[in-house]
Amino acid sequence: MIQGHQTWVFESKPVIIASAAVGGPFEGNGALANDFDKLHQDTWLGQGSYEKAEKKLLEEACEIAIRKGGSKKEDVQFFLSGDLMNQIISSSFAARTLGAPFLGLFGACSSSMESLSLAALIADNKFGDNLIAAASSHNSAAEKQFRYPTEYGGQKPPTAQWTVTGAGAALVRQQGEGPKVTAATIGRVVDMGISDPFNMGGAMAPAAVDTIEAHFRDLNRETDYYDIIATGDLGSVGHQIAADLLKKHNIKMDKQRFTDCGILIYKKEQPALAGGSGCGCSATVTYGHFLNRMRKGELKKILIVATGVLMSPISYQQKESMPCIAHAVSIEM
Amino acid sequence: MMSNKKNKKLTPTQQQYQAFANKRMPKRPVIKNCIKAFLVGGIICTIGQAVKWVFIHYFEFTEITASNPTVAVLIMISTLLTGLGVYDHIGQWAGAGSAVPVTGFANTMSSAAIEHRSEGYVLGVGGNMFKLAGSVIVYGVFSAFVVSIIKITIKALGGM
Repeated sequence: MIQGHQTWVFESKPVIIASAAVGGPFEGNGALANDFDKLHQDTWLGQGSYEKAEKKLLEEACEIAIRKGGSKKEDVQFFLSGDLMNQIISSSFAARTLGAPFLGLFGACSSSMESLSLAALIADNKFGDNLIAAASSHNSAAEKQFRYPTEYGGQKPPTAQWTVTGAGAALVRQQGEGPKVTAATIGRVVDMGISDPFNMGGAMAPAAVDTIEAHFRDLNRETDYYDIIATGDLGSVGHQIAADLLKKHNIKMDKQRFTDCGILIYKKEQPALAGGSGCGCSATVTYGHFLNRMRKGELKKILIVATGVLMSPISYQQKESMPCIAHAVSIEM
Repeated sequence: MMSNKKNKKLTPTQQQYQAFANKRMPKRPVIKNCIKAFLVGGIICTIGQAVKWVFIHYFEFTEITASNPTVAVLIMISTLLTGLGVYDHIGQWAGAGSAVPVTGFANTMSSAAIEHRSEGYVLGVGGNMFKLAGSVIVYGVFSAFVVSIIKITIKALGGM
């Protein structure tokens, strides 16, 4: 049911029966290493290219989620997934392996929550059961496509972020035990005219704030309804801007409550500059770290606001600014 | 409206936000970066000078002819460090210090070649090797050409 302008309330409360997070070596050295189901030593994953490695990450995340949910590949009714690669090849190729009916999504780094909200929508309306919502990114594959070769010795500014090598997947069912998807706010595109791809956090912060405002307005909730409100990959720079913007817009937000997946995923001493980014950032932190904490009873209600920059290398070279988006999903135990 | 090139100027809301965001953005540590670049650039040049000295003193090269093998050695070292995954870390620390010398140029070519190995030797390595270095060559050669024409003209007019 739609409530307000842009929020879906899932009355039947679809359940995340199982979830999985798979990561690479940099994530293995990170702050949330224990929350990954599988960590790889090698960014190649034994594959011939980084693109193939990303596909493998996504396939593994889906496999683990299906296995943990006590399900089989054949029983997956719909597969919804997105990633950063051109023509979302990681998702499409993983869908080829999975063999399930597939909806490929692109919301850049917001794909993780875009796929989860749509999976919940399908389950809530009884249009399907046993769905997989997933997203992935690979540091080297993303660098190769969006920026410079991985071994190129260019200097990055302190606002730059580190694309997470990882994939997260959630198995969503109409009924069962586990964290429930209760609402989703679909974001609008917000473009504040920033065109520097080394400042994604600063570009995305207004989109995150717009969606957060819409969520609480539509549902007529206070921010203390949630134990955690986490943005996807604003990083330390964008997150600070978002926090200050919320304050400016008179939205009360506790410092302890408001966090960011991109800040949480790595340790301070890792050379990630402003923090993690990429579809894999919000996907692995949500499907690994946050859902684990919910299952342990540490968290009851969380809001994940996955943020994405909807640019391409060509649009950047043509001096276009970066349109940004954020989708928020409310998960309750 | 937004995509119209004439309206490319930022709206007041955008300007307001950018001012708001800029205040909260860490700046590039320019002075620190300059010092690092100076040190690393200087070290690379000193290594180059040492290599040149070796060529002159042990291999019977003259000051002029020693330049070519010296550059070749620096390029080989840089390419090797790129392949071993070290040069990008030096680059993040040193900035322009490791980008400006010939080693930086070798790095742009070898990193692109390594990166696109997965697309094969023709479309991948060959086609992408000059992805970053290409514009340096194009504009480098062209400006050298223009400067040479000017020099020749001045000479012909008896200016030099």
